[in-house]
Amino acid sequence: MDALILSVRLAACVSVILLLIGMPLAYWLAYWNWRGKFLLEAIVALPLVLPPTVLGFYVLIALGPHGPIGKVSEALFHRGLAFTFGGLVFASVLYSFPFTVQPLIASFEAMDRRLLDASALLGASRSRTFVSVILPLSLPGIVTAVVLSFAHTLGEFGVVLMVGGNLPGITRTASIDIYDHVQSMEYAEANRMALVLLIISFVVLSAVYGVNRRIGRRVWASWAAR
Amino acid sequence: MQSSFVLDVALELPLGITIVFGPSGAGKSTLLDCIAGLLKPDTGRIEIGGELLLDVERRIDVPPPKRKIAYVFQNLALFPHMTVEQNVAYGLADMPAPQRASRVKAMFEAFRVEQLAKRKADEISGGEQQRVALARSLATSPQLLLLDEPLTALDEGLKKSIMEDLRRWNAAQNIPILYVTHSRAEVDALGERVIVLDQGKIISTGTPHEVLDAPRRSSLAQASGFENLFSGVVTEFRETDGVMRVRLVRGACEIETPLGHAAAGAAVRLAIRAGDILLATERPYGLSARNVIAGKIISLEQRGTMFVAQVAADTDGAAVFTVHLTLGAKRILELEVNRPVWLVIKTHSCHVLED
Repeated sequence: MDALILSVRLAACVSVILLLIGMPLAYWLAYWNWRGKFLLEAIVALPLVLPPTVLGFYVLIALGPHGPIGKVSEALFHRGLAFTFGGLVFASVLYSFPFTVQPLIASFEAMDRRLLDASALLGASRSRTFVSVILPLSLPGIVTAVVLSFAHTLGEFGVVLMVGGNLPGITRTASIDIYDHVQSMEYAEANRMALVLLIISFVVLSAVYGVNRRIGRRVWASWAAR
Repeated sequence: MQSSFVLDVALELPLGITIVFGPSGAGKSTLLDCIAGLLKPDTGRIEIGGELLLDVERRIDVPPPKRKIAYVFQNLALFPHMTVEQNVAYGLADMPAPQRASRVKAMFEAFRVEQLAKRKADEISGGEQQRVALARSLATSPQLLLLDEPLTALDEGLKKSIMEDLRRWNAAQNIPILYVTHSRAEVDALGERVIVLDQGKIISTGTPHEVLDAPRRSSLAQASGFENLFSGVVTEFRETDGVMRVRLVRGACEIETPLGHAAAGAAVRLAIRAGDILLATERPYGLSARNVIAGKIISLEQRGTMFVAQVAADTDGAAVFTVHLTLGAKRILELEVNRPVWLVIKTHSCHVLED
Protein backbone atom coordinates (compact mmCIF):
# COMPACT_ATOMS: atom_id res chain seq x y z
CA MET A 1 0.00 0.00 0.00
CA ASP A 2 2.95 2.30 0.70
CA ALA A 3 4.04 1.87 -2.88
CA LEU A 4 0.63 2.91 -4.19
CA ILE A 5 0.42 5.99 -1.97
CA LEU A 6 3.91 6.94 -3.09
CA SER A 7 2.92 6.56 -6.75
CA VAL A 8 -0.17 8.74 -6.32
CA ARG A 9 1.83 11.35 -4.41
CA LEU A 10 4.47 11.39 -7.11
CA ALA A 11 1.91 11.65 -9.90
CA ALA A 12 0.08 14.48 -8.13
CA CYS A 13 3.29 16.46 -7.53
CA VAL A 14 4.42 15.95 -11.10
CA SER A 15 1.12 17.01 -12.69
CA VAL A 16 0.89 20.17 -10.59
CA ILE A 17 4.50 21.17 -11.36
CA LEU A 18 4.03 20.34 -15.04
CA LEU A 19 0.88 22.43 -15.25
CA LEU A 20 2.69 25.42 -13.78
CA ILE A 21 5.64 25.09 -16.16
CA GLY A 22 3.63 23.82 -19.11
CA MET A 23 1.09 26.65 -19.34
CA PRO A 24 3.48 29.51 -20.02
CA LEU A 25 5.61 27.31 -22.26
CA ALA A 26 2.62 26.10 -24.27
CA TYR A 27 1.33 29.67 -24.55
CA TRP A 28 4.68 30.74 -25.86
CA LEU A 29 4.94 27.87 -28.33
CA ALA A 30 1.36 28.32 -29.53
CA TYR A 31 1.35 32.08 -30.11
CA TRP A 32 4.92 33.11 -30.85
CA ASN A 33 6.75 32.46 -34.05
CA TRP A 34 10.48 32.59 -34.11
CA ARG A 35 13.13 30.86 -36.15
CA GLY A 36 14.45 28.32 -33.67
CA LYS A 37 10.99 27.29 -32.49
CA PHE A 38 11.12 23.87 -34.14
CA LEU A 39 14.14 22.94 -32.02
CA LEU A 40 12.26 23.63 -28.81
CA GLU A 41 9.27 21.70 -30.14
CA ALA A 42 11.55 18.73 -30.85
CA ILE A 43 13.01 18.91 -27.34
CA VAL A 44 9.55 19.01 -25.80
CA ALA A 45 8.54 15.91 -27.76
CA LEU A 46 11.79 14.04 -27.10
CA PRO A 47 10.57 12.03 -24.06
CA LEU A 48 7.92 10.47 -26.31
CA VAL A 49 10.51 8.61 -28.36
CA LEU A 50 13.45 8.34 -25.98
CA PRO A 51 13.87 4.98 -24.17
CA PRO A 52 13.23 5.59 -20.45
CA THR A 53 16.65 4.12 -19.68
CA VAL A 54 18.37 6.81 -21.76
CA LEU A 55 16.47 9.63 -20.08
CA GLY A 56 16.89 7.96 -16.68
CA PHE A 57 20.60 7.49 -17.21
CA TYR A 58 21.31 11.13 -18.00
CA VAL A 59 19.04 12.37 -15.22
CA LEU A 60 20.88 10.07 -12.80
CA ILE A 61 24.23 11.52 -13.90
CA ALA A 62 22.91 15.06 -13.64
CA LEU A 63 21.48 14.45 -10.16
CA GLY A 64 24.55 12.64 -8.84
CA PRO A 65 27.20 14.27 -6.65
CA HIS A 66 29.24 15.32 -9.71
CA GLY A 67 26.31 16.35 -11.89
CA PRO A 68 25.23 20.00 -12.23
CA ILE A 69 21.89 19.55 -10.48
CA GLY A 70 23.40 17.33 -7.81
CA LYS A 71 25.99 20.02 -7.03
CA VAL A 72 23.34 22.72 -6.67
CA SER A 73 21.32 20.45 -4.41
CA GLU A 74 24.40 19.64 -2.30
CA ALA A 75 25.12 23.34 -1.90
CA LEU A 76 21.53 24.20 -0.95
CA PHE A 77 20.37 21.19 1.07
CA HIS A 78 23.65 19.37 1.83
CA ARG A 79 22.42 16.25 0.06
CA GLY A 80 22.20 14.92 -3.49
CA LEU A 81 18.98 14.14 -5.35
CA ALA A 82 19.72 10.69 -6.71
CA PHE A 83 17.62 7.96 -5.11
CA THR A 84 15.35 10.49 -3.38
CA PHE A 85 11.69 11.45 -3.86
CA GLY A 86 12.81 14.86 -5.11
CA GLY A 87 14.96 13.22 -7.74
CA LEU A 88 12.03 11.07 -8.81
CA VAL A 89 9.84 14.13 -9.18
CA PHE A 90 12.50 15.84 -11.28
CA ALA A 91 12.94 12.86 -13.58
CA SER A 92 9.19 12.31 -13.92
CA VAL A 93 8.58 15.95 -14.77
CA LEU A 94 10.98 15.59 -17.69
CA TYR A 95 9.53 12.27 -18.73
CA SER A 96 5.89 13.41 -18.70
CA PHE A 97 6.59 16.81 -20.21
CA PRO A 98 5.03 16.22 -23.65
CA PHE A 99 1.90 14.76 -22.08
CA THR A 100 1.17 18.12 -20.49
CA VAL A 101 2.54 20.53 -23.04
CA GLN A 102 1.14 19.02 -26.22
CA PRO A 103 -2.56 18.99 -25.24
CA LEU A 104 -2.11 22.54 -23.98
CA ILE A 105 -0.52 23.70 -27.25
CA ALA A 106 -3.26 21.97 -29.21
CA SER A 107 -6.05 23.69 -27.29
CA PHE A 108 -4.34 27.09 -27.34
CA GLU A 109 -3.81 26.81 -31.08
CA ALA A 110 -7.42 25.80 -31.67
CA MET A 111 -8.56 29.04 -30.08
CA ASP A 112 -10.32 31.53 -32.40
CA ARG A 113 -7.67 34.24 -32.78
CA ARG A 114 -10.36 36.86 -33.23
CA LEU A 115 -11.35 36.32 -29.58
CA LEU A 116 -7.82 37.28 -28.58
CA ASP A 117 -7.87 40.26 -30.97
CA ALA A 118 -11.24 41.34 -29.55
CA SER A 119 -9.88 41.15 -26.02
CA ALA A 120 -6.82 43.24 -26.95
CA LEU A 121 -8.92 45.89 -28.70
CA LEU A 122 -11.14 46.11 -25.63
CA GLY A 123 -8.05 47.23 -23.75
CA ALA A 124 -7.08 43.94 -22.08
CA SER A 125 -3.41 43.15 -21.41
CA ARG A 126 -1.97 39.82 -22.51
CA SER A 127 -2.21 38.44 -19.00
CA ARG A 128 -5.85 39.47 -18.65
CA THR A 129 -6.62 37.89 -22.02
CA PHE A 130 -4.91 34.71 -20.85
CA VAL A 131 -6.82 34.50 -17.58
CA SER A 132 -10.24 35.70 -18.82
CA VAL A 133 -10.42 34.23 -22.30
CA ILE A 134 -7.79 31.59 -23.04
CA LEU A 135 -7.91 29.66 -19.75
CA PRO A 136 -11.67 29.21 -19.46
CA LEU A 137 -12.01 28.27 -23.12
CA SER A 138 -9.08 25.83 -22.91
CA LEU A 139 -10.52 24.00 -19.92
CA PRO A 140 -10.97 20.70 -21.79
CA GLY A 141 -7.34 20.83 -22.95
CA ILE A 142 -6.10 21.65 -19.46
CA VAL A 143 -8.04 18.78 -17.92
CA THR A 144 -6.66 16.44 -20.57
CA ALA A 145 -3.11 17.65 -19.93
CA VAL A 146 -3.35 17.12 -16.16
CA VAL A 147 -4.88 13.69 -16.49
CA LEU A 148 -2.47 12.45 -19.10
CA SER A 149 0.57 13.53 -17.11
CA PHE A 150 -0.93 12.08 -13.94
CA ALA A 151 -1.68 8.73 -15.56
CA HIS A 152 1.62 8.63 -17.37
CA THR A 153 3.57 9.28 -14.17
CA LEU A 154 1.52 6.72 -12.30
CA GLY A 155 2.48 4.05 -14.80
CA GLU A 156 6.13 4.87 -15.42
CA PHE A 157 8.74 2.28 -14.63
CA GLY A 158 12.07 2.59 -16.44
CA VAL A 159 12.92 6.15 -15.42
CA VAL A 160 11.91 5.51 -11.81
CA LEU A 161 14.05 2.42 -11.64
CA MET A 162 17.08 4.22 -13.08
CA VAL A 163 16.80 7.36 -10.96
CA GLY A 164 15.05 6.21 -7.80
CA GLY A 165 16.26 2.69 -7.37
CA ASN A 166 14.01 0.65 -5.14
CA LEU A 167 13.91 2.13 -1.63
CA PRO A 168 10.70 1.10 0.20
CA GLY A 169 8.61 4.11 1.16
CA ILE A 170 10.93 6.55 -0.64
CA THR A 171 11.25 5.52 -4.26
CA ARG A 172 9.49 2.16 -4.56
CA THR A 173 6.46 3.09 -6.61
CA ALA A 174 3.56 0.80 -7.46
CA SER A 175 4.97 -0.29 -10.81
CA ILE A 176 8.33 -1.19 -9.24
CA ASP A 177 6.51 -3.01 -6.45
CA ILE A 178 4.76 -5.16 -9.03
CA TYR A 179 8.05 -5.92 -10.75
CA ASP A 180 9.54 -6.86 -7.36
CA HIS A 181 6.72 -9.25 -6.54
CA VAL A 182 6.98 -10.90 -9.93
CA GLN A 183 10.73 -11.32 -9.50
CA SER A 184 10.11 -13.08 -6.17
CA MET A 185 7.34 -15.21 -7.72
CA GLU A 186 4.72 -13.56 -5.47
CA TYR A 187 2.06 -13.54 -8.17
CA ALA A 188 -0.89 -12.98 -5.81
CA GLU A 189 0.64 -9.76 -4.45
CA ALA A 190 1.69 -8.66 -7.91
CA ASN A 191 -1.82 -9.25 -9.16
CA ARG A 192 -3.40 -7.29 -6.32
CA MET A 193 -1.26 -4.23 -6.99
CA ALA A 194 -1.60 -4.52 -10.77
CA LEU A 195 -5.36 -4.75 -10.48
CA VAL A 196 -5.53 -1.70 -8.22
CA LEU A 197 -3.39 0.27 -10.68
CA LEU A 198 -5.54 -0.86 -13.59
CA ILE A 199 -8.76 0.14 -11.84
CA ILE A 200 -7.41 3.52 -10.71
CA SER A 201 -6.19 4.33 -14.21
CA PHE A 202 -9.48 3.36 -15.77
CA VAL A 203 -11.62 5.22 -13.25
CA VAL A 204 -9.53 8.39 -13.48
CA LEU A 205 -9.46 8.36 -17.26
CA SER A 206 -13.16 7.68 -17.74
CA ALA A 207 -14.12 10.26 -15.13
CA VAL A 208 -12.01 12.83 -16.89
CA TYR A 209 -13.18 12.02 -20.38
CA GLY A 210 -16.74 12.19 -19.11
CA VAL A 211 -16.22 15.59 -17.50
CA ASN A 212 -14.24 16.79 -20.48
CA ARG A 213 -17.03 15.87 -22.81
CA ARG A 214 -19.60 17.72 -20.76
CA ILE A 215 -17.41 20.84 -20.60
CA GLY A 216 -16.66 20.51 -24.27
CA ARG A 217 -20.28 20.22 -25.19
CA ARG A 218 -21.27 23.19 -23.09
CA VAL A 219 -18.56 25.50 -24.31
CA TRP A 220 -18.17 24.51 -27.91
CA ALA A 221 -21.28 22.92 -29.29
CA SER A 222 -23.60 25.87 -29.47
CA TRP A 223 -20.73 28.05 -30.56
CA ALA A 224 -19.79 25.82 -33.46
CA ALA A 225 -23.42 25.59 -34.52
CA ARG A 226 -23.69 29.31 -35.22
CA MET B 1 0.51 34.67 -48.95
CA GLN B 2 -0.14 37.31 -46.36
CA SER B 3 3.48 38.42 -46.38
CA SER B 4 3.58 39.13 -50.11
CA PHE B 5 0.35 41.13 -50.10
CA VAL B 6 0.76 44.76 -51.08
CA LEU B 7 -1.72 47.17 -49.54
CA ASP B 8 -1.08 50.73 -50.60
CA VAL B 9 -3.67 53.23 -49.46
CA ALA B 10 -3.91 56.78 -48.23
CA LEU B 11 -7.23 57.87 -46.84
CA GLU B 12 -8.76 60.43 -44.57
CA LEU B 13 -11.96 59.54 -42.80
CA PRO B 14 -14.67 62.08 -42.16
CA LEU B 15 -17.07 61.64 -39.23
CA GLY B 16 -19.90 59.24 -39.95
CA ILE B 17 -19.98 56.13 -42.11
CA THR B 18 -17.48 55.48 -44.88
CA ILE B 19 -17.95 52.27 -46.82
CA VAL B 20 -14.98 50.25 -48.02
CA PHE B 21 -16.18 48.21 -50.96
CA GLY B 22 -14.32 45.63 -53.00
CA PRO B 23 -14.20 41.97 -54.02
CA SER B 24 -12.86 39.26 -51.71
CA GLY B 25 -9.10 39.44 -51.49
CA ALA B 26 -9.02 43.17 -52.26
CA GLY B 27 -7.35 43.85 -48.91
CA LYS B 28 -10.35 45.16 -46.99
CA SER B 29 -9.78 43.14 -43.83
CA THR B 30 -6.03 43.69 -44.07
CA LEU B 31 -6.67 47.43 -44.10
CA LEU B 32 -8.82 47.20 -40.96
CA ASP B 33 -6.29 44.95 -39.21
CA CYS B 34 -3.52 47.47 -39.91
CA ILE B 35 -5.60 50.35 -38.58
CA ALA B 36 -6.43 48.35 -35.44
CA GLY B 37 -2.77 47.43 -34.94
CA LEU B 38 -3.33 43.68 -35.35
CA LEU B 39 -1.07 43.67 -38.40
CA LYS B 40 1.99 45.80 -38.75
CA PRO B 41 2.58 47.35 -42.17
CA ASP B 42 6.14 47.66 -43.46
CA THR B 43 5.71 51.36 -43.67
CA GLY B 44 2.98 53.87 -42.96
CA ARG B 45 1.38 56.39 -40.66
CA ILE B 46 -1.93 56.32 -38.82
CA GLU B 47 -3.37 59.23 -36.90
CA ILE B 48 -6.72 59.63 -35.16
CA GLY B 49 -7.94 63.03 -34.07
CA GLY B 50 -4.38 64.38 -33.93
CA GLU B 51 -3.10 61.37 -31.98
CA LEU B 52 -0.34 59.44 -33.71
CA LEU B 53 -0.92 55.67 -33.55
CA LEU B 54 1.62 54.43 -36.02
CA ASP B 55 4.62 55.93 -37.72
CA VAL B 56 6.94 53.22 -38.92
CA GLU B 57 9.77 55.64 -39.74
CA ARG B 58 9.66 57.17 -36.26
CA ARG B 59 9.18 53.76 -34.65
CA ILE B 60 5.88 54.70 -33.10
CA ASP B 61 3.48 51.78 -32.81
CA VAL B 62 0.73 52.08 -30.22
CA PRO B 63 -0.36 48.53 -29.26
CA PRO B 64 -4.01 47.55 -29.92
CA PRO B 65 -5.18 47.82 -26.27
CA LYS B 66 -4.18 51.50 -26.24
CA ARG B 67 -5.50 52.54 -29.67
CA LYS B 68 -9.08 53.35 -28.61
CA ILE B 69 -10.38 51.67 -31.74
CA ALA B 70 -13.49 49.50 -31.74
CA TYR B 71 -13.51 46.62 -34.20
CA VAL B 72 -16.46 44.34 -34.90
CA PHE B 73 -15.18 41.27 -36.71
CA GLN B 74 -17.03 39.30 -39.32
CA ASN B 75 -17.51 36.45 -36.83
CA LEU B 76 -18.23 39.01 -34.07
CA ALA B 77 -15.92 37.16 -31.63
CA LEU B 78 -18.21 37.45 -28.63
CA PHE B 79 -16.74 35.59 -25.65
CA PRO B 80 -18.85 32.44 -25.68
CA HIS B 81 -18.26 31.53 -22.04
CA MET B 82 -19.48 34.88 -20.75
CA THR B 83 -22.94 36.38 -20.39
CA VAL B 84 -24.03 39.25 -22.60
CA GLU B 85 -23.53 41.59 -19.65
CA GLN B 86 -19.97 40.35 -19.01
CA ASN B 87 -19.20 40.77 -22.71
CA VAL B 88 -20.38 44.37 -22.77
CA ALA B 89 -18.57 45.19 -19.51
CA TYR B 90 -15.32 43.51 -20.65
CA GLY B 91 -13.70 46.69 -21.96
CA LEU B 92 -14.67 48.71 -18.87
CA ALA B 93 -12.42 46.94 -16.36
CA ASP B 94 -10.70 50.18 -15.32
CA MET B 95 -13.96 51.96 -14.56
CA PRO B 96 -15.34 52.22 -10.99
CA ALA B 97 -18.23 49.79 -10.54
CA PRO B 98 -21.14 52.27 -10.37
CA GLN B 99 -19.99 54.06 -13.50
CA ARG B 100 -19.44 50.77 -15.26
CA ALA B 101 -22.95 49.60 -14.42
CA SER B 102 -24.52 52.76 -15.79
CA ARG B 103 -22.43 52.61 -18.97
CA VAL B 104 -23.43 48.99 -19.57
CA LYS B 105 -27.05 49.96 -19.02
CA ALA B 106 -26.75 52.83 -21.49
CA MET B 107 -25.25 50.52 -24.13
CA PHE B 108 -27.99 47.96 -23.52
CA GLU B 109 -30.60 50.63 -24.14
CA ALA B 110 -28.91 52.08 -27.22
CA PHE B 111 -28.72 48.68 -28.89
CA ARG B 112 -31.87 47.24 -27.31
CA VAL B 113 -30.40 44.12 -25.74
CA GLU B 114 -31.30 44.72 -22.09
CA GLN B 115 -33.46 41.61 -21.87
CA LEU B 116 -30.46 39.45 -22.87
CA ALA B 117 -28.15 40.60 -20.06
CA LYS B 118 -27.96 37.30 -18.20
CA ARG B 119 -27.94 35.04 -21.27
CA LYS B 120 -24.79 33.33 -22.50
CA ALA B 121 -23.35 35.00 -25.58
CA ASP B 122 -23.53 31.77 -27.57
CA GLU B 123 -27.19 31.20 -26.76
CA ILE B 124 -28.68 34.22 -28.51
CA SER B 125 -29.65 34.73 -32.16
CA GLY B 126 -27.40 36.11 -34.89
CA GLY B 127 -29.06 39.53 -34.94
CA GLU B 128 -28.86 39.74 -31.15
CA GLN B 129 -25.19 38.79 -31.22
CA GLN B 130 -24.63 41.55 -33.74
CA ARG B 131 -26.21 44.11 -31.41
CA VAL B 132 -24.22 42.82 -28.45
CA ALA B 133 -20.98 43.00 -30.44
CA LEU B 134 -21.70 46.64 -31.32
CA ALA B 135 -22.63 47.48 -27.73
CA ARG B 136 -19.49 45.78 -26.44
CA SER B 137 -17.08 47.57 -28.73
CA LEU B 138 -18.74 50.98 -28.44
CA ALA B 139 -18.99 50.83 -24.64
CA THR B 140 -15.32 51.82 -24.41
CA SER B 141 -16.00 55.22 -26.11
CA PRO B 142 -13.67 54.54 -29.03
CA GLN B 143 -12.43 57.19 -31.43
CA LEU B 144 -13.05 55.04 -34.50
CA LEU B 145 -15.30 52.09 -35.28
CA LEU B 146 -14.25 49.39 -37.73
CA LEU B 147 -16.93 47.04 -39.06
CA ASP B 148 -15.86 44.02 -41.11
CA GLU B 149 -18.89 42.76 -43.07
CA PRO B 150 -20.83 42.61 -39.83
CA LEU B 151 -24.33 42.28 -41.27
CA THR B 152 -23.72 39.95 -44.19
CA ALA B 153 -25.52 37.00 -42.62
CA LEU B 154 -28.62 38.91 -41.53
CA ASP B 155 -31.88 39.48 -43.36
CA GLU B 156 -32.81 42.92 -44.69
CA GLY B 157 -35.19 43.93 -41.91
CA LEU B 158 -32.72 43.13 -39.15
CA LYS B 159 -29.90 44.83 -41.04
CA LYS B 160 -31.94 47.98 -41.36
CA SER B 161 -32.97 48.17 -37.74
CA ILE B 162 -29.41 47.56 -36.51
CA MET B 163 -28.04 50.22 -38.86
CA GLU B 164 -30.67 52.65 -37.58
CA ASP B 165 -29.57 52.05 -34.01
CA LEU B 166 -25.95 52.53 -35.00
CA ARG B 167 -26.73 55.78 -36.80
CA ARG B 168 -28.74 57.06 -33.84
CA TRP B 169 -25.90 56.21 -31.50
CA ASN B 170 -23.38 57.90 -33.74
CA ALA B 171 -25.49 61.04 -34.10
CA ALA B 172 -24.58 61.71 -30.47
CA GLN B 173 -21.01 60.35 -30.45
CA ASN B 174 -19.98 61.45 -33.91
CA ILE B 175 -16.96 59.26 -34.63
CA PRO B 176 -15.74 58.00 -38.00
CA ILE B 177 -17.03 54.54 -38.90
CA LEU B 178 -15.33 52.37 -41.51
CA TYR B 179 -17.77 49.82 -42.87
CA VAL B 180 -16.33 47.04 -45.00
CA THR B 181 -18.50 45.07 -47.39
CA HIS B 182 -18.34 43.19 -50.66
CA SER B 183 -22.09 43.43 -51.15
CA ARG B 184 -23.36 45.91 -53.69
CA ALA B 185 -26.80 45.82 -52.08
CA GLU B 186 -25.35 46.93 -48.74
CA VAL B 187 -23.54 49.84 -50.37
CA ASP B 188 -26.78 51.02 -51.96
CA ALA B 189 -28.69 50.59 -48.71
CA LEU B 190 -26.17 52.56 -46.66
CA GLY B 191 -25.78 55.15 -49.39
CA GLU B 192 -22.80 56.98 -47.93
CA ARG B 193 -19.29 57.80 -49.03
CA VAL B 194 -17.70 54.79 -50.71
CA ILE B 195 -14.07 53.87 -51.11
CA VAL B 196 -13.50 51.14 -53.67
CA LEU B 197 -10.56 48.88 -52.91
CA ASP B 198 -9.14 46.43 -55.40
CA GLN B 199 -5.91 44.46 -55.18
CA GLY B 200 -4.73 46.54 -52.27
CA LYS B 201 -5.33 49.91 -53.94
CA ILE B 202 -8.03 52.52 -53.70
CA ILE B 203 -9.40 52.77 -57.22
CA SER B 204 -12.31 55.11 -56.69
CA THR B 205 -13.96 57.34 -54.07
CA GLY B 206 -17.33 59.08 -54.02
CA THR B 207 -21.02 58.41 -53.54
CA PRO B 208 -22.24 54.90 -54.43
CA HIS B 209 -23.91 56.27 -57.55
CA GLU B 210 -20.84 58.10 -58.81
CA VAL B 211 -18.48 55.26 -58.04
CA LEU B 212 -20.39 52.14 -58.86
CA ASP B 213 -22.93 52.99 -61.56
CA ALA B 214 -20.38 54.21 -64.07
CA PRO B 215 -17.38 52.01 -63.44
CA ARG B 216 -14.35 52.66 -65.55
CA ARG B 217 -12.35 49.60 -64.67
CA SER B 218 -13.37 46.09 -65.56
CA SER B 219 -12.26 44.58 -62.24
CA LEU B 220 -14.54 47.03 -60.53
CA ALA B 221 -17.34 46.11 -62.92
CA GLN B 222 -17.11 42.47 -61.96
CA ALA B 223 -17.03 43.42 -58.32
CA SER B 224 -20.10 45.57 -58.56
CA GLY B 225 -22.27 43.07 -60.31
CA PHE B 226 -21.97 43.51 -64.07
CA GLU B 227 -22.69 40.01 -65.31
CA ASN B 228 -21.91 40.85 -68.93
CA LEU B 229 -18.41 41.95 -69.82
CA PHE B 230 -17.32 42.05 -73.47
CA SER B 231 -14.18 43.09 -75.28
CA GLY B 232 -14.87 45.36 -78.22
CA VAL B 233 -13.52 47.93 -80.64
CA VAL B 234 -14.94 51.40 -81.15
CA THR B 235 -16.07 51.57 -84.80
CA GLU B 236 -17.88 54.86 -85.06
CA PHE B 237 -18.29 58.15 -83.22
CA ARG B 238 -21.54 60.10 -83.54
CA GLU B 239 -20.94 63.11 -81.40
CA THR B 240 -24.11 64.90 -82.48
CA ASP B 241 -26.17 61.95 -81.23
CA GLY B 242 -23.95 61.58 -78.13
CA VAL B 243 -23.29 57.96 -78.93
CA MET B 244 -20.65 55.69 -80.36
CA ARG B 245 -20.77 52.16 -81.75
CA VAL B 246 -18.73 49.29 -80.38
CA ARG B 247 -18.19 46.05 -82.30
CA LEU B 248 -17.80 43.04 -80.00
CA VAL B 249 -14.64 41.04 -80.65
CA ARG B 250 -16.57 37.82 -80.11
CA GLY B 251 -19.88 37.64 -81.85
CA ALA B 252 -19.37 40.39 -84.40
CA CYS B 253 -22.47 42.31 -83.33
CA GLU B 254 -22.46 46.07 -82.88
CA ILE B 255 -23.75 47.85 -79.82
CA GLU B 256 -24.51 51.52 -79.38
CA THR B 257 -23.11 53.10 -76.23
CA PRO B 258 -22.88 56.59 -74.73
CA LEU B 259 -19.83 58.58 -75.85
CA GLY B 260 -16.75 57.55 -73.93
CA HIS B 261 -13.19 58.77 -73.72
CA ALA B 262 -12.06 56.22 -76.28
CA ALA B 263 -11.20 57.16 -79.88
CA ALA B 264 -12.44 55.27 -82.94
CA GLY B 265 -10.46 52.03 -83.31
CA ALA B 266 -9.70 51.85 -79.58
CA ALA B 267 -10.12 48.58 -77.70
CA VAL B 268 -12.63 48.92 -74.88
CA ARG B 269 -14.59 46.76 -72.47
CA LEU B 270 -18.36 46.83 -72.37
CA ALA B 271 -20.22 46.15 -69.15
CA ILE B 272 -23.95 45.43 -69.05
CA ARG B 273 -25.98 44.36 -66.06
CA ALA B 274 -28.04 41.19 -66.56
CA GLY B 275 -31.01 43.02 -65.05
CA ASP B 276 -30.74 45.85 -67.62
CA ILE B 277 -31.43 43.60 -70.64
CA LEU B 278 -34.99 43.01 -71.89
CA LEU B 279 -36.11 39.93 -73.78
CA ALA B 280 -38.79 40.03 -76.50
CA THR B 281 -40.33 37.03 -78.24
CA GLU B 282 -41.09 39.06 -81.38
CA ARG B 283 -38.96 41.64 -83.07
CA PRO B 284 -39.88 44.90 -81.27
CA TYR B 285 -40.61 48.15 -83.11
CA GLY B 286 -41.01 51.73 -82.03
CA LEU B 287 -38.69 51.54 -79.08
CA SER B 288 -36.27 54.15 -77.79
CA ALA B 289 -33.82 51.38 -77.01
CA ARG B 290 -31.20 51.41 -79.76
CA ASN B 291 -29.79 47.95 -79.37
CA VAL B 292 -32.00 45.11 -80.59
CA ILE B 293 -30.15 41.88 -81.19
CA ALA B 294 -31.65 38.62 -82.45
CA GLY B 295 -30.59 35.49 -80.62
CA LYS B 296 -31.59 32.18 -79.08
CA ILE B 297 -31.91 31.01 -75.49
CA ILE B 298 -29.25 28.40 -74.83
CA SER B 299 -29.85 27.85 -71.14
CA LEU B 300 -32.42 28.76 -68.53
CA GLU B 301 -31.90 28.24 -64.84
CA GLN B 302 -33.98 29.16 -61.82
CA ARG B 303 -32.09 30.91 -59.05
CA GLY B 304 -34.28 31.70 -56.08
CA THR B 305 -37.03 34.04 -57.24
CA MET B 306 -35.58 34.72 -60.67
CA PHE B 307 -34.49 33.05 -63.86
CA VAL B 308 -31.04 33.41 -65.36
CA ALA B 309 -31.05 33.00 -69.12
CA GLN B 310 -28.03 32.67 -71.40
CA VAL B 311 -28.82 34.08 -74.83
CA ALA B 312 -26.52 33.56 -77.82
CA ALA B 313 -26.65 36.29 -80.47
CA ASP B 314 -27.40 35.09 -84.02
CA THR B 315 -24.05 36.17 -85.39
CA ASP B 316 -20.81 34.41 -86.22
CA GLY B 317 -18.89 33.47 -83.11
CA ALA B 318 -22.03 34.07 -81.05
CA ALA B 319 -21.61 36.45 -78.15
CA VAL B 320 -23.48 35.09 -75.12
CA PHE B 321 -25.49 37.49 -72.93
CA THR B 322 -26.63 36.77 -69.39
CA VAL B 323 -30.14 38.02 -68.71
CA HIS B 324 -32.11 38.10 -65.46
CA LEU B 325 -35.87 37.51 -65.63
CA THR B 326 -38.65 37.34 -63.09
CA LEU B 327 -40.55 34.07 -62.72
CA GLY B 328 -43.62 35.81 -64.11
CA ALA B 329 -41.86 37.08 -67.24
CA LYS B 330 -40.54 33.63 -67.98
CA ARG B 331 -44.03 32.11 -67.61
CA ILE B 332 -45.97 34.72 -69.59
CA LEU B 333 -43.47 34.83 -72.47
CA GLU B 334 -43.30 31.00 -72.40
CA LEU B 335 -39.57 31.17 -72.57
CA GLU B 336 -37.65 27.95 -72.95
CA VAL B 337 -34.32 26.72 -74.23
CA ASN B 338 -33.87 27.05 -78.05
CA ARG B 339 -36.60 29.64 -78.34
CA PRO B 340 -35.60 32.56 -80.62
CA VAL B 341 -35.69 35.91 -78.81
CA TRP B 342 -34.61 39.51 -79.24
CA LEU B 343 -32.31 41.20 -76.76
CA VAL B 344 -33.19 44.83 -76.07
CA ILE B 345 -30.59 47.04 -74.41
CA LYS B 346 -30.79 50.78 -73.77
CA THR B 347 -27.77 52.75 -74.89
CA HIS B 348 -27.23 54.08 -71.38
CA SER B 349 -27.20 50.57 -69.92
CA CYS B 350 -24.02 49.88 -71.89
CA HIS B 351 -21.07 51.03 -69.83
CA VAL B 352 -17.73 51.55 -71.53
CA LEU B 353 -14.72 50.77 -69.36
CA GLU B 354 -11.07 51.57 -69.59
CA ASP B 355 -9.38 48.22 -69.72
